[in-house]
Amino acid sequence: MTDRRAEILGRLRRSLKAVAETPGRGEAVQARIGAKARGPVPARSDLPRREMVTLFVEQAEAVATSVARVAGDGEVPQAVADYLKGQNLPAEVRISPDPALEGLAWSEQPLLKVESGRARLEDATSVTAALAGVAETGTLMLASGPTAPTTLNFLPENHIVVLRASQVVGPYEDAWDRLRAAEGEGQLPRTVNFITGPSRTGDIEQTIQMGAHGPRRLHVILVEDEGQA
Amino acid sequence: MQSTSHAFPDNARAAVKNPQLKKALNHVKAGFIDKRAKAAAKLPEFEDLRDAARDIKNHTLAHLDLYLEAYEARITEQGGHVHWCGTAAEARDKILEICRAAGAKTVTKGKSMIAEEIALNDHLEANGIEPIETDLGEYIIQLRKEPPSHIIAPAVHLTKDQIEADFRDHHDHLPAERNLEEPAALVAEARGILRERYVQADVGITGANFLIAENGASVIVTNEGNGDLTQTLPKVHIVVASLEKVVPTLEDVSVILRVLARSATGQEFSSYTTFSTGPRRAGDLDGPEEYHVVLLDNGRSGMLGTEYQDALRCIRCGACMNHCPVYHAIGGHAYGWVYPGPIGAVLTPSLIGVEEAGHLPNASSFCGRCEAVCPMRIPLPKMMRHWREREFERHLTPLPLRAGLGVWAFFARRPALYHLFAGLKTRALGALGRRRGRFRKLPLAGGWTAHRDLPAPQGPTFQQLWAERKRDGQGRPAASA
Ligand code: SF4
Repeated sequence: MTDRRAEILGRLRRSLKAVAETPGRGEAVQARIGAKARGPVPARSDLPRREMVTLFVEQAEAVATSVARVAGDGEVPQAVADYLKGQNLPAEVRISPDPALEGLAWSEQPLLKVESGRARLEDATSVTAALAGVAETGTLMLASGPTAPTTLNFLPENHIVVLRASQVVGPYEDAWDRLRAAEGEGQLPRTVNFITGPSRTGDIEQTIQMGAHGPRRLHVILVEDEGQA
Repeated sequence: MQSTSHAFPDNARAAVKNPQLKKALNHVKAGFIDKRAKAAAKLPEFEDLRDAARDIKNHTLAHLDLYLEAYEARITEQGGHVHWCGTAAEARDKILEICRAAGAKTVTKGKSMIAEEIALNDHLEANGIEPIETDLGEYIIQLRKEPPSHIIAPAVHLTKDQIEADFRDHHDHLPAERNLEEPAALVAEARGILRERYVQADVGITGANFLIAENGASVIVTNEGNGDLTQTLPKVHIVVASLEKVVPTLEDVSVILRVLARSATGQEFSSYTTFSTGPRRAGDLDGPEEYHVVLLDNGRSGMLGTEYQDALRCIRCGACMNHCPVYHAIGGHAYGWVYPGPIGAVLTPSLIGVEEAGHLPNASSFCGRCEAVCPMRIPLPKMMRHWREREFERHLTPLPLRAGLGVWAFFARRPALYHLFAGLKTRALGALGRRRGRFRKLPLAGGWTAHRDLPAPQGPTFQQLWAERKRDGQGRPAASA
């Protein structure tokens, strides 16, 4: 068997009139990957913290994400129960097996059935935790891991995400910096999801329909953990 | 995919006469143009981002070999496999091999133009594996056994009524009297049917909008979430991507993502942008056990270093076709291969040969809107012109056109003769056609007058006017009424 890899790389180098060792090329590539230089970053999210959080909420609502603001972790189970009731949804949730979520005061909601784990086909609603919220476009960043199965973000019809105000950043680049700080240089979790609104499609006569395959509804519970400056 | 690009003139003629298609294509103009303009206007940095996006890709293409090696190294470290494939046939064989090794009976697929390029579905089917398209538009055209007619809206050539009829035909296990009046009902029906399929599938195949050298991530951008279910639920995930998808860093991809959705659908950001880096890790409760990347060349390495290199910057946003008057008139199928519109007119001859696709670069009015909206600033009209020149040199243009241009070239090199002849001809044409103002038929110009009238010359030639004005000391002719 011929070595397709060598062949293709050889063709690329011939077309580029270069060899792998052409002086400066390897250095240029390493320098670029190392520098992680930012391109033009939109000024719109360059705001004081509180206004940045407000921008996140506005942008999220503009893409049909609903947002409820609560004063602390203790209020999250109540907010989940209220949301389900308001939407006429069954009082059952599948939460990610994340100690921060599992440790919430779910017992104060005796009518709410709470199970943790990966998503099952029959699950109607999931509750997961975000890693960051990007104010620029009202985007949530979620990362996979043992305590954060990806299926919870896509399989249920309703997705509730718990986000702390302190996790809101301005542009995508700031979210990457937070992730790199957590994971190490050049390392990503297996899957990182940027989620901006519920699932939608325009495939039938370009009219927007919600809930094509992923969640029909996306709801953010925003925990105000930064104090009211 | 089997090309019918050689039959472009006939395809286009048939398309403009199709009333159903005309109705469906109205949604292209209504659905995309205003939304893109608004999204661009809302972001003051949009033009700067376009420049930056162009520069990122130019830098990457100039070091493509090295970035691909860096990307591959990261994938391998993270437990994935990279398969380099030179041709469409090699890529589909490789995918079949991976599916067979997994004992696959059904595979789900996210939307992938590369999978169309290598005619993957036919190959899997011929080998006893059922491919299931999960993007709603792709699902619809799979039912109809049609290729996509647009790179981001594969079923844009269809009306709601046609889709309803297809669903009634194919979903015959559902009650015949069900109400499918609203698009929402059609979406819900497809959702219900596909949910079961996601879980049954043994292999999930997605494309990639980008590959990131820094960390080995492949990126998919969708609104439906189908790509995520496709890549998360089955035990094997295969990414098919062409060589030019690689970019250096997360910062670079952030720049390009900012222009992608705005140019494509006019959204600020698509619903789902997903970065995946490999198979399930220790402790993960879901995700694929195997992760493969099929890297396809299929002619790209040959475009590098040529006048067509810039086309490799394309991020397949679809803006050029959304703004193209030719595409508006004929739709995507007439182009005869995977990529329609202006980018198709440039790419297709590069990838499958000018002998097959030489007509496509003529499918342009040179209005320049494609280049004006292309987020990657690809000079599409210039490239179409290059192809036309090349086609002419290769003597592939039809004989009458070549003969006509040959005569013109002869006179153009002999100005005195040219003026004499042009003046004579103008006077003759003017005398013949002035009363009606235009010609419906003209000998030797049948190709022109078949589709449009030729306005009759209304006075002296441009050179004559120029000479007169110069004599009058004005230096330039006044605009003629
Ligand atoms: S050529 Fe430009 S406008 Fe056309 S699909 Fe590619 S990136 Fe978009």
